[in-house]
Amino acid sequence: MLITVLVGAFLTATLIRLAPGFDADVQQLDSRLSHETVEAWRAERAQNSNIVRFYFRYLGAALHGDFGQSQTLNRPVRQLIAERLPVTARLVGWGVLLGWTLALVLAFSVSLIRWVGFRWIAVVCAGALLCIPSAVLALAFVILRAPAFLAIALVVFPKIFSITRSFLEKSYELPHIVTARAKGISELRVLLWHVLPVSGGQLIALAGVSVSLALGASIPVEALCGIAGLGQLAWQAALGRDLPLLVTLTVVVTVVTLAANMTSDIVNESLKPRAA
Amino acid sequence: MNKLRRLSFALLLAIVLASLGADFLAPAGYATQFRETPNSPPTRAHLLGTDALGRDRLARTLYGTRVSLLLAPAAALLSTLLAGMIGGFAGYVGGAWQKASMAFTDLFLSLPWLFLLITVRALLPLNVSPTASVMVTFALLGILGWAASARVVCAGAAGMRDSEFVLLARASGIGRARLLFIHILPNLKPVLLAQFWLSIPIFILAEANLGILGLGVAEPLPSWGSLLRELEDLATFSGEFWKLVPLALLVVVVTSFQFLISHNEVSA
Repeated sequence: MLITVLVGAFLTATLIRLAPGFDADVQQLDSRLSHETVEAWRAERAQNSNIVRFYFRYLGAALHGDFGQSQTLNRPVRQLIAERLPVTARLVGWGVLLGWTLALVLAFSVSLIRWVGFRWIAVVCAGALLCIPSAVLALAFVILRAPAFLAIALVVFPKIFSITRSFLEKSYELPHIVTARAKGISELRVLLWHVLPVSGGQLIALAGVSVSLALGASIPVEALCGIAGLGQLAWQAALGRDLPLLVTLTVVVTVVTLAANMTSDIVNESLKPRAA
Repeated sequence: MNKLRRLSFALLLAIVLASLGADFLAPAGYATQFRETPNSPPTRAHLLGTDALGRDRLARTLYGTRVSLLLAPAAALLSTLLAGMIGGFAGYVGGAWQKASMAFTDLFLSLPWLFLLITVRALLPLNVSPTASVMVTFALLGILGWAASARVVCAGAAGMRDSEFVLLARASGIGRARLLFIHILPNLKPVLLAQFWLSIPIFILAEANLGILGLGVAEPLPSWGSLLRELEDLATFSGEFWKLVPLALLVVVVTSFQFLISHNEVSA
């Protein structure tokens, strides 16, 4: 995990350094600024021109909790991340929770209610949401003045629903479940006692993926809904080519995504039945 | 082919043909301004009305559809080729090379796709010509979209590496390059084809997201992303349903692609 994070951060830093116009800054063209100020800016940017030197200096400082100064917002990166991380965590957390709840309730209902019409309605609703860009969903929630986490939930819901439904359908085809249903065991009991233990592991593995999905959706949602979270910060940093901020954001996003995947793997492993 | 797939195919074909016939269906062109009639509702002259700059909405929608529908498959082809080369080679060679390739793939997959896309797109020049911006946007989608497909292709190639026909071919003394290009890659065709079809709607949606955020195709050239930016003004929406036509087209096209990707192709 550590190697992935370090390599990811280094690649981001290299990409930003190699981007055309890295050294240029619109502020340098401001005629009201003195020659000394412009020179000071140039010197500050020049410090980051050697990417290897920048990266190792960045890592050394990061070990002491100093992630540098944002070039566009002119504030310590650590302070910016600390302010905005809880906002995104709340947005993504509620979005993932609601998306999962909707997806599971609907997928289980489709399994229990064997009416073709209901299944079609559920599949069409989820399918339609899969075909709408997350930025359009965000715009719709701006217009409707609805909470933004609902937009995240609607991005997460259709994917989780489709995969869960597919897992459940495959589980229902297993011989022991076919036998259980043939013996007349109630549908609810079959679902809770026989189907869920089979597909539970796969569903837990999906949890990590859904966090990554929600984090990706948080960028257009926060940018368009005007929410001061990490997504909006990433957006501003990308537009301003803010090297220290983008590298730190890459590290944070990679760590969160990998941690979510690792947690779901650990939970999955701990729930697996062990041989006596 | 079931009814839904037939209907999807017919809809896609109709939309592709309409976009290719844009010069005939909307001769005004996507950049011509009718300055005396900005923000006009649908009229005989402008069937979908005009935008804030007085440009014909129908022409812009048709040309935008053409851009998205021609270049998304091109980007999908690029990403599938990359996935085939990286994943196919890693799976075929195996060992340390496979581990290193898959670690690199995991690195790509550990970052949310949209985050990676926005970061890299913003680093490239935004003030380029419209044609260059189209190329940059879709090339980027192709270059950054290979990772998930590469994993699938690698698994397919690794499974084939130990199969009986490959062992037999090796025992017959066939060279490694011949084995890869003549025996393994043709057998990976169904997997590559499935990944290609799956990538198209993903790339269409990604371009739309980038366009709405202002990082897509540059004006005046339209694409679905740039056309959907108009929805930002819908805070004053008052039954102007014609403004939703690009969104409806995008949903119809992506849905049609989802129906066309058959269960067999996906699981291949």
